[in-house]
Amino acid sequence: MKIIESFFIALRSLNANKLRSSLTMLGVIIGVGSVITLMSVGRGAEASITSSITDMGTNLIYLSSKTPGVQGMMSMASPAYSFTMSDVQAIAERVPSVIAVAPTIENYVEVSTASDSTLGIVEATTPEFETALNYPTAEGQFITAKNVAAMDMVVVIGNKVAATLFGTDSAVGKKIKVNGRQFSVIGVLEKKGGQMMGVSTDSVVIMPITTYQSRLFPGRMVRGEDAIQQLTVQISNTNVADIVSADITTLLTQRHRITVEGKEDFQIMTQEQMLSAVKQVTLILTILLGSIAGISLIVGSIGIMNIMLVSVTERTREIGIRKAVGAKRKDILLQFLLEAAMLSLSGGIIGIIGGWSVSWLIAIVSKALGYSIPSAVSVGIVLLAIIVSVCIGLASGVYPAMRAARLNPIDALHYE
Amino acid sequence: MIELEKISKIYQMGKIEVPALKEVSLKVQAGEMVALVGASGSGKSTLMNIMGFLDQPTSGKYFLEGEDVSQLNDNRLAEMRNRKIGFVFQSYNLLPRTAAVANVELPLIYGGASQKRKRALEALERVGLKARANHKPSELSGGEQQRVAIARALVNNPSLILADEPTGNLDTKAANEIIQIFCQLNRDGITIVMVTHEMDIAAQTKRIVRLLDGQIIEDKLTGAKTCEPPEPTRS
Repeated sequence: MKIIESFFIALRSLNANKLRSSLTMLGVIIGVGSVITLMSVGRGAEASITSSITDMGTNLIYLSSKTPGVQGMMSMASPAYSFTMSDVQAIAERVPSVIAVAPTIENYVEVSTASDSTLGIVEATTPEFETALNYPTAEGQFITAKNVAAMDMVVVIGNKVAATLFGTDSAVGKKIKVNGRQFSVIGVLEKKGGQMMGVSTDSVVIMPITTYQSRLFPGRMVRGEDAIQQLTVQISNTNVADIVSADITTLLTQRHRITVEGKEDFQIMTQEQMLSAVKQVTLILTILLGSIAGISLIVGSIGIMNIMLVSVTERTREIGIRKAVGAKRKDILLQFLLEAAMLSLSGGIIGIIGGWSVSWLIAIVSKALGYSIPSAVSVGIVLLAIIVSVCIGLASGVYPAMRAARLNPIDALHYE
Repeated sequence: MIELEKISKIYQMGKIEVPALKEVSLKVQAGEMVALVGASGSGKSTLMNIMGFLDQPTSGKYFLEGEDVSQLNDNRLAEMRNRKIGFVFQSYNLLPRTAAVANVELPLIYGGASQKRKRALEALERVGLKARANHKPSELSGGEQQRVAIARALVNNPSLILADEPTGNLDTKAANEIIQIFCQLNRDGITIVMVTHEMDIAAQTKRIVRLLDGQIIEDKLTGAKTCEPPEPTRS
């Protein structure tokens, strides 16, 4: 008998028991649907974080301060200030392939006008920040070297800050208060649309680093100079990132007089290292979510096996009839296997469509809430889900199908 | 056609062995119409099931058309059932929720035949049910269901039809119609073995084999007139 005949026999038999077939499929639908949704959300989150890192500009090396001995996540939480402007100059002048060094101090502040206020992230820096981290201005100008030298009370504000405080009016030339001190707005940045640690990159307030150090939050010193939190180093070519990174480490180790390895007061990361760290985290997240969804897939497959076993018992007589008119063992085996495979395949396809829709909804809702988790359903995930659901069907159908095929025709015919 | 040699069948009921057939030997020639009669438990159904390879004998030899079937494997037996034998059961054994014509097609599907729909309709026409081809068994009377079952039995042009109490669930009128169909098939050259316990049905066949406690106690020709052998001059 041809396989196509078995296919139609199986199809007819599923069609004759619509309610039972659809309830059985439900398990697979939910399982495959949640796998698709969770995998897609996981990948979407990864894509979102990755793009926010690459958005900052390419060919970068990041240096952050840390308290020696504090490891891992704690080093992010403890505010350390290890660098000085002399470090910045030394790196810019003495390390080859370095194009620019942008020092930054980051802080969350309240930004307000007479009528409105909002939360902003202060980025106290130098003009190098504009090109190194890719923050072009849409209007007005970026802070200049002169602003830095003169400790001017000027700011360049992000698109979202401008929109919140001034609406559609031009913000350039207006006065705003940052932490209670009055600043003039000299520029507005282009809209970036990304986010860092849950805060929009359009919420930044950029000011000269000297103004921050001497006027806004004065008094933090290291090695007799005003202290700096982070450095962003722009290099000429990504290929030399590891060499430059090593050179900077050597230079800073000397300058900061660090004699014992592991007692460094700074952390250095190339963009590639940063991306791979992020990817590692999101990979773990995706695997975790995927395995939770996998459990529901297993439950779904047990459901199929259960139904197929019941179905074999219930249709013992039918099997007897088929055998009496010449069905071979393999014909019966094939019929029941195909039934199970078709159940789980159609469940899988519906699950893919459902999971896709849900992840699409999540993308829309998250965008409306200001986060960006794009729906990232890939051909790979879909193929995987289809293959997995067919395998589940076959695996859970094999035992019932074998039981059906082994039935003795006369016992099967006389079964009541 | 059929040659049974010392066929025994012993059922294992827990620790007790229950003999259903005791060294039964029987020959049926091609073109015969035989009734197997006997009380319940006499072994007549067991004998018929063995003839159709639905059941395996405990010992003894079985030759069908000269071929030793005791040696054949499962797959070959399924093929033999498919091509050489047609079954008719007391309870019809049609697939529920499946149209009559699809039921009749079933042996053709497993036999890998072509023109299935056409041949199934032809078989239904032979039992006078072509008009009800698309009805499901639940929409047919008992007699009609049995006629569908007969159509299914003959659709693959078998040389032997085995019928187990084919009229057991039917009223006299329907029963007579069914027997007439069998007689016609027999006149067309198909060998028929029928299990029955109704003597007036058995009396219409050409030969009656009586069983008691797993043994043949009587084997006689009836000289019945209803089912006369085909006359060689007519064709």
